[in-house]
Amino acid sequence: MEAGGAAMATAGCCLRPFSCEQGLLSRPDGSAAFVQGDTSVLAGLYGPAEVRGSKESPERATLEVLLRPKVGLPGVGERSREQLLRQTCEAVVLGALHPRTAITLVLQVLSDAGSLLSCCLNAACMGLLDAGLPLSSLFCGVTCALDAQGAIVLDPTTRQEQEARAVLTFAIDSTERKVLMATTRGSCSVEEMQQCLAAAQRAADTIFQFYRDSARRRYSKS
Amino acid sequence: MATAFKTVEPLEYYRRFLKENCRPDGRELGEFRATTVNIGSITTADGSALVKLGNTTVICGVKAELAAPAVDSANKGYIVPNVELPSLCSTRFRSGPPGEEAQAASQFIADVIENSQIIAKEDLCIANGKLAWVLYCDIICLDYDGNILDASAFALLAALKNVQLPSVTINEETGLSEVNLKQKNPLVIRKHPVATSFAIFDDTLLVVDPTAEEEDLATGTVTIVTDEEDRLCSVHKPGGSPLTGAKLQDCITRAITRHKEVKKLIDKVIKSIKPN
Repeated sequence: MEAGGAAMATAGCCLRPFSCEQGLLSRPDGSAAFVQGDTSVLAGLYGPAEVRGSKESPERATLEVLLRPKVGLPGVGERSREQLLRQTCEAVVLGALHPRTAITLVLQVLSDAGSLLSCCLNAACMGLLDAGLPLSSLFCGVTCALDAQGAIVLDPTTRQEQEARAVLTFAIDSTERKVLMATTRGSCSVEEMQQCLAAAQRAADTIFQFYRDSARRRYSKS
Repeated sequence: MATAFKTVEPLEYYRRFLKENCRPDGRELGEFRATTVNIGSITTADGSALVKLGNTTVICGVKAELAAPAVDSANKGYIVPNVELPSLCSTRFRSGPPGEEAQAASQFIADVIENSQIIAKEDLCIANGKLAWVLYCDIICLDYDGNILDASAFALLAALKNVQLPSVTINEETGLSEVNLKQKNPLVIRKHPVATSFAIFDDTLLVVDPTAEEEDLATGTVTIVTDEEDRLCSVHKPGGSPLTGAKLQDCITRAITRHKEVKKLIDKVIKSIKPN
C-alpha cells in the first residue's frame, strides 16, 4: 500500500491525503484502487483482448469504459462520465499498436465523498500503468470548487461541492500540463476558470510526483 | 480524381484544405454554417423551435404538465430535457434504446439548463408544496451533420422563449386546479446560454462548427457555453487532444462573439412573431 503526499504550499489549496494500491485484483490484466480523502474508486482493466463484431477497428484498439455507481443502476450521468473517461483514455493510449483489439476499463465507485470524477481519472491512469498498456503520457484528475467568495478550493468534499458556486474538473497530461479533459458545473467568469486551471496544473505536479514515486517503489523491489 | 483521393486518404485530403486556411465546403476555419431558426411550428406543443445549422436539423418541443413538487424542494418545478438521435437522422444510429451519444447529449443539455439558470425553477411553482409545472423538453435530431450540441442548445433556448403557459388557479373550496387556456403567459427567461463547438485537428488547429465528416476526422472536440454576461456556463471538453490554457482562451473569445450573433438572431425571430 503506497501512501501519497498531502499538503500544498498555499493554505486553502491543499489536496486531501491520497493513496493507491495496484495489482490488487487477480483476474483483470491491470487493477488499481485510488483513495482521495474518503472518496475511493476501484479500476479494473482488461486488454488488449478480443473484440466482438462491429466494434472492431482495423486501425486501433477499441476502448470501452464502464462506470458502476455505488448504489443503483447506471443512468444518464454515468454514461456521460463514461464518455469523458473513454475519450480521455483514447487520447493517451497508443491504440495504433494494438489494432483489432478491445481494451475494457471497469470502474466501481466504492465511496463518494466529493471529487468523484477526478478520483475515477486517477484510478484509470494507475490501472493503465498497472496493465502495462503503451501510453503517450500519463494524466491525472483535479477538481476545483469556487466558493461564494470566489476562493478556489482544490479536491472539494461533497459539502464543499454543494455549497460552491461552480465546480470544475480537469484532466491534466503529464508531458506539458495541457488540458486533456474539462467539465464544469455552475457558472463562473473566464478569469476564474483560468485561475482554477492554473491551480489544477500546479496540483497536478504533486500527483505526478506520486505516480513516479509509486512506480519507483514498485519496480525497485524486483 | 479528387473524390478518389478523398475516399482513400480522407485525413490527407482534409489537411490540404486546412493548409490553405479553408475547409472543403468553402468556409474559413472560424466561420459558422448558415443558421436558421423557425419558432412555433408545432401547434400541439406549448413551445417549439426548429434550428438548422447548415444541414444539421434539430427540432425541440416543450410540453408543460402539472405535477406535485418534490418533498425536499417544495417551491420548485421541473425541467426534463431529452435528446433523441433516431435512426432517421444518420446511418450511424440504430433504432432501439438511446446510445451513448444521445445520453451524453441529454446530460449536456441538462447541465446547461442547471448551470446557466435559464429558468428559475421557483418560477414554475404554482402552489407551494402542492402544484408545479413540469416542462418536458424533447429535442429530436432530424438530420445529423455534426455539431449536435450547439444546435440542441439553440433549439432549446428558442423553444423556451416561445413557451406560453396557461394560467392555473387552485379553487379554494374543492382544492382542485383550474386551468385557464384563454389566458397565457410567457416564461421568464433569465439567461440566454449559447453553445459553441470546436473540433481539434492534429493537436493544434481549431475549427469551428464541425460537420459530421470533420468530427470523424478530428482528434478532439471542445464545447463552450456562454451567457450574455460573458460568464462561462460550461466548458465541455470530453477528452481528445490536449489543449493549452491559451488555446482554450481563444475558444472562449470566439464563443463570446458567437453568442452576440445568436442572440441577435433569436431577438429578431421573437420580434417577428410578436404581433399575434
